[in-house]
Amino acid sequence: MIDTKLNGPLPAKPSRWPFYLFLLGLFAIVLISAIYIGANPITFIQNSDNMVDLFVRMFPPAWSYIATTTPAMLETIRMALLGTTIGMIFSIPIMFLCARNIFRLRWLVELSRIGLNILRTIPDLLLAAIFAAILGFSPLAGIVALSIFSIGIIAKLSFEAIENIDNGPLESMTAVGANKLQWIAFGVVPQILPHFVSYVLYTFEINIRAAAILGLVGAGGIGVFYDRALGFFAYDQVLALILYTLVVVIIIDLISLKIREKLL
Amino acid sequence: MIELNDVSKVYSNGVKGLEDVNLKINKGEFVSIVGLSGAGKSTLLRSINRLIDISSGDIKINEKSITSASEKQLRLIRRDIGMIFQSFNLVKRSSVLRNVLSGRVAYNNTLRTLLNLFPQKDVDLALKALERVNILDKAYTRSSELSGGQQQRVSIARTLAQEAKIILADEPTASLDPVTTKQVMDDLKKINTEDDVTVIINLHFVDLAKEYSTRIIGLQAGKVVFDGTPEEATPEVFEEIYGRSLKEDELLGEENL
Amino acid sequence: MSQRDQLKKARARKRGKIAIILIGLIAIYVWAISGIEFRGIQETAGPVTKNILKGFISPDWSYVYSPDGEDLIRGLLETLAIAIAGIFLSIILAVPVGLWAAKNLSKSFITSQSGKGVLSFFRTLPDIILALLFIKVVGPGAFAGMLALGIGAMGMLGKLYAEEVEAMDPGPVESIAAVGGNKLQQLAFGVIPQVLPGFISATLYRFEINMRSAATLGLIGAGGVGTALIFAIQGRSWDRVGIILIGIVVVVLIVDLLSSALRKKIT
Ligand SMILES: Nc1ncnc2c1ncn2[C@@H]1O[C@H](COP(=O)(O)OP(=O)(O)O)[C@@H](O)[C@H]1O
Ligand SMILES: [Mg+2]
Repeated sequence: MIDTKLNGPLPAKPSRWPFYLFLLGLFAIVLISAIYIGANPITFIQNSDNMVDLFVRMFPPAWSYIATTTPAMLETIRMALLGTTIGMIFSIPIMFLCARNIFRLRWLVELSRIGLNILRTIPDLLLAAIFAAILGFSPLAGIVALSIFSIGIIAKLSFEAIENIDNGPLESMTAVGANKLQWIAFGVVPQILPHFVSYVLYTFEINIRAAAILGLVGAGGIGVFYDRALGFFAYDQVLALILYTLVVVIIIDLISLKIREKLL
Repeated sequence: MIELNDVSKVYSNGVKGLEDVNLKINKGEFVSIVGLSGAGKSTLLRSINRLIDISSGDIKINEKSITSASEKQLRLIRRDIGMIFQSFNLVKRSSVLRNVLSGRVAYNNTLRTLLNLFPQKDVDLALKALERVNILDKAYTRSSELSGGQQQRVSIARTLAQEAKIILADEPTASLDPVTTKQVMDDLKKINTEDDVTVIINLHFVDLAKEYSTRIIGLQAGKVVFDGTPEEATPEVFEEIYGRSLKEDELLGEENL
Repeated sequence: MSQRDQLKKARARKRGKIAIILIGLIAIYVWAISGIEFRGIQETAGPVTKNILKGFISPDWSYVYSPDGEDLIRGLLETLAIAIAGIFLSIILAVPVGLWAAKNLSKSFITSQSGKGVLSFFRTLPDIILALLFIKVVGPGAFAGMLALGIGAMGMLGKLYAEEVEAMDPGPVESIAAVGGNKLQQLAFGVIPQVLPGFISATLYRFEINMRSAATLGLIGAGGVGTALIFAIQGRSWDRVGIILIGIVVVVLIVDLLSSALRKKIT
């Protein structure tokens, strides 16, 4: 056994209390939150037979429902496609306004950024619910909602890409005396185009997922069938819908990924 | 005592890391292993505490085979073997003391260690170990804030706290400057002589090997090609081990020491 | 063949390629636009829009707080509570699954791949669908919403956790193995301290998403401020819709700002 008596003084031991208090505070917040919403594990356990029942009744999935819902699935894809496209078009001016290295007008840039950040706080489904109220229960409401939602993603990612571009081509454009539009077209666009297209495709992937549920608030697409099947407690149809959506999402993801890989 | 009997290691890609190695290393020896990069030095060292599973042969630590040890026995054998790495392998975000204390995990009940409730005796041991390598004042500092040499001394302190009977050091000074290299080597030598701890060390610099060790083992393509005292390790021997005369960068140089 | 001919040929080939892409794109858009039924756009769309804008300009401030019963603050607090309790549940679920899916922690490829499979399955399930299912299990309300977020976020968090673990330095873990530490000790002393900042950052990021998700759960009856919103929309009380949206924007913005400041500090 080694003698453990120290010859020198022990360094001051930092107090662990702040850390413990922080953990305690965090735990208290979680606990209060759980109590506030009545999250009771016992309720969950007592109702677990509901869950088992739900699972059991999901099988076998009602494959025939896939044929029934295919028109709605196609509508979902159409909505995502058009929503992404319209969002893309509107994103173009917005992303240039938000990038700090394009326009000198500081207040305009900051204002655009604040506007974009506010836009990004509103979830897709809320937008859809509002537009369903305005435009009526139609896929158009979904398309408009997705368009606005897409701007938030595409413009955000793109303006960040613009801010990261290489300055060299810009300087040479300035050197040859280009005006602002020429400067953007020849100095900026070629550099960000592949990124931009990639972000649009990425947004399309997200929009397919989003479009699949917009029907729940009456904004078109396959979502309305979830409501219907659940209303009838037809869980086998619900599972068919889930699997159908899953497969479509995966296929579109794969195609999009392939194109994106080619681009970058 | 460490015994290697007919030890061979073939990696999954077919590379022979070790070939028919037979060695006996006695308690208290300070053994340097030298050889070209890729000669199998790390493979040899890491086979001894079974961080690498050997392909054939047997390795015994104090009469117990580590090759055929169960998970639990393996952990108990490893408890007595300290290891020092070229890249220190400390958790940089943890305090120095916690890194040293981690050498005690195998002595304690798992739950206790997970809750960081080490016995006071272990904490005392860790602090004493830090004092022995002259960095007690850094005990509560984040390891990332230490210099390379200080970090290596933390790993030496860990083996001390571990009360290791054997220390395996894989090029412990390769990322250090000459002055710090000397301090780390002195620390290891001190532990070797004062605590009678066996030290097996892979070295890049052959003059360090000659200066510090009681025995030098030369490896070439996985085979032991030299095994003798520093006196026997003449320049001609090194030329044979390395297949050529020594290069400038394989000598630390007297003026640096 | 002369160099100029070659150049011409290459250019022609490129033009052909672009033409094919263009034709493809046009076909896709014709398919998409012709298939959308622009059925039943309400004639009232104009007036409703006007009313909504009016609602934004003069929102129903009285709804922000009322001493008894439903008000905006309570709705927002419930949303926050759903997001917090939900993220807690997903951390508990995602840590083990994330470790399971990390390929540098498991011995066999199949183990980690099966973990990854579980994670990607849950990642593709929309939170809202999960909420609909949990309503069937525990009844409508915030608890169902919290369970949905808990399970829904697990997929993304687990994936982010696994990536964090896969990017760590194996050295410290090996050094704990070398002193005789068992698997749990290797985790506690070698893995967790290394990946903790990354885990926290990923969790905060997901929390930002949880806030947005939690705000929508009420639309389908799973608690939070969305409940009030859907009632206000159905009741056409646009000044109330206005104040609720403002409330959501403000709270989500604050959470975003706090979270991204924290994330910057950690990494
Ligand atoms: N994990 C591994 N897989 C395949 N080959 C390896 C592995 N580790 C080492 N090797 C090979 O084994 C030989 C010996 O390596 P090593 O023991 O690291 O040598 P040294 O430490 O002497 O530089 C080298 O040829 C090396 O490429
Ligand atoms: Mg090596």
